[in-house]
Amino acid sequence: MQRSASAFKQQAELALRDEVLQRALAKAKGGFVDKRRLAVANLPEFETIRTAAKSLKEHTLAHLDFYLEQFEQRVVASGGQVHWAGNAQEACSAVLEILGDQPRQVLKGKSMVSEEISLNAALEAVGHTIVETDLGEYIIQLAKERPSHIIAPAVHKTRDQITDLFHAEHVKYGYTERVTEVKAIVDEARAVLREKFLNADVGITGANFLIAETGSTVIVTNEGNGDLSQILPRVHIVTASIEKVVPTLDDMATLLRLLARSATGQEMTSYNTISTGPRRESDRDGPQEFHVVIVDNGRSEMLGNEFHDMLRCIRCGACMNHCPVYSAIGGHAYGWVYPGPMGSVLTPVMIGLENARDLPTACTLNGRCAEVCPMSIPLPDMLRELRVKEHERKLTGARTRIALQAWAFAARRPMLYQTITRWFTAVLGRFGARNGRFRSLPFASGWTQARDLPAPQGATFQQQWRRHR
Amino acid sequence: MTPDPANHASPRIGLFVTCLIDLFRPSVGFAAVKLLEQAGCSVSVPRAQTCCGQPAYNNGDNQTTADIAKQIITAFESFDYVVAASGSCIGMLKKHYPVVFKDDPAWFDRANALAARSHELTGFLVDVLDRSIAGAEFADTVTYHDSCSGLRELGVKSQPRQLLAQVDGLALTEMEDSEVCCGFGGTFCVKYPKISERMVSDKSANICAAQAGCVLGGDLGCLLNIAGRLKREGHRVKVYHVAEVLAGMADRPAIGESES
Repeated sequence: MQRSASAFKQQAELALRDEVLQRALAKAKGGFVDKRRLAVANLPEFETIRTAAKSLKEHTLAHLDFYLEQFEQRVVASGGQVHWAGNAQEACSAVLEILGDQPRQVLKGKSMVSEEISLNAALEAVGHTIVETDLGEYIIQLAKERPSHIIAPAVHKTRDQITDLFHAEHVKYGYTERVTEVKAIVDEARAVLREKFLNADVGITGANFLIAETGSTVIVTNEGNGDLSQILPRVHIVTASIEKVVPTLDDMATLLRLLARSATGQEMTSYNTISTGPRRESDRDGPQEFHVVIVDNGRSEMLGNEFHDMLRCIRCGACMNHCPVYSAIGGHAYGWVYPGPMGSVLTPVMIGLENARDLPTACTLNGRCAEVCPMSIPLPDMLRELRVKEHERKLTGARTRIALQAWAFAARRPMLYQTITRWFTAVLGRFGARNGRFRSLPFASGWTQARDLPAPQGATFQQQWRRHR
Repeated sequence: MTPDPANHASPRIGLFVTCLIDLFRPSVGFAAVKLLEQAGCSVSVPRAQTCCGQPAYNNGDNQTTADIAKQIITAFESFDYVVAASGSCIGMLKKHYPVVFKDDPAWFDRANALAARSHELTGFLVDVLDRSIAGAEFADTVTYHDSCSGLRELGVKSQPRQLLAQVDGLALTEMEDSEVCCGFGGTFCVKYPKISERMVSDKSANICAAQAGCVLGGDLGCLLNIAGRLKREGHRVKVYHVAEVLAGMADRPAIGESES
């Protein structure tokens, strides 16, 4: 199904009616939250690290040109190549040029930037074959879907669905038995993928960090698939966005301490892999070519503007794990690459507010995302900033605008306001007195379709106060 | 400058009623007055107040927000403190008014002065006045919903529980996910009724699982939403604002219930 950020509301309502999806979401719901809470509680200096992490990221962003150039110099010095891409198309072109004219077998590690630039589609269009090697990514590749979560791309799938999918797709490799247990499912994926690892020409991974002082790229995975994807093939290509750069390995270590705890509640992700340049003569393995495609795609415009803080994001997913709206509807309803609170800021900024009008408003501003964000990104404030832009550009619905204008007219005139409210409470209070609530009201169907409306007590506070005192 | 309550025999409080209490449940306002007067305060209710401006602010209309904020700042400037039985409205006065006037130095200073004197009711009673509750009784098991703005913008968490612990006969049992949003979110609940319905249904399930006779909270918006959903689902759990219980005024019909 083709989804879009402009159809958020319909997609959300479909998601709420999708019983299988709701089972998967209910299962995932508490896990991330509880694990993160424990991990943070077990690290007394978490807040200190959080403060240090924010300031090191801010320092890097303030000197982004310097650190990116330093990174490039170090990559080149270690025998690799850097390719700069202003937008998605340039990034895909850079990768296509590296791959050359022959159809290639391409292994991919998980990379949200590659989703952002639609790299798979660009590669497949000219005949390259792609295998996603992260188990979650592999599952959704087989299902022809997109990730619904930035670190757990197949979190929307139930085990039964995966069993059916593997049964349908793996028969051709001789796996005729339906596997239903988690271990058997993983083993089967491992066996199928192992063959593909050994036959690939090119490995493409993302990067959690780019280290300026060493020219290294860093990925963290729990499956080791990233290591195999980048070590076995002849060519390793890294796709990463500009804000991934940090000055030093020590800085990376600071951020790693926050990343795993915030994402999965682990102290460390299982595999933390640092790659520096292609294989040297003394190396026993590694790629012969090492390329880094550095993607801007709108980020440099965010530097210094009202969405600057978003560039600190380290893609841990804690905001969506703690978002009650995300928990209710899952990631696909958001319609583009990045879901949840961070996606509700990034999507309108990257693809245009007019194409994602609902995302900033489909939020109760409850603040839980900002509370858990390891990089202290004020997500609700930025969503509110987007609402200001929607208001200024008249992107809000006509009904909302008219209702708000009428309300605002009265709210600025206390005497008029109190006359209206006296009338309102008197009428509703009288009709509601018998039951104490309304099951439906013609002008409040948005409210009463989901819940009763408690009736007013009958006179306003102002009215009663003036009467008594 | 923040007034020192020790310098005042009786601190002068401007009660910020809040639009929802004014419209739907004045008894919460009277409970707040009673609690403040019991604590030795003198309470006034400025007439030139309507709403804190959140409907405009959260819909991106900063001009209307500023107009309403100026009205509130002016109306409450002469009091020692501004108190409201709502974390969300006080969060607006305290955290957001200064942001609204960030480019207007004169009003920015006035907004900050108001912010420094503004308090949510239970936080004010515990943190500022350090008062206990006299003689309230409530013979039921209750569970407490932590409304988001009070919790995360103002740090209201232990204060209502400390006060409830002083109510005779009352037993508090915590529900699962008491800090998770109930799905109200102001205009969110009518703009995205289906998503809101799922959120408030989850809240309702957690409330029922806590097996309390009553759910309390500090923000009427959330409580109207929660009570409305509990009633729609046919549950008997009663819903009151925490101030009503603390003031011994929970003998009237609960939110969404009739006299009979």
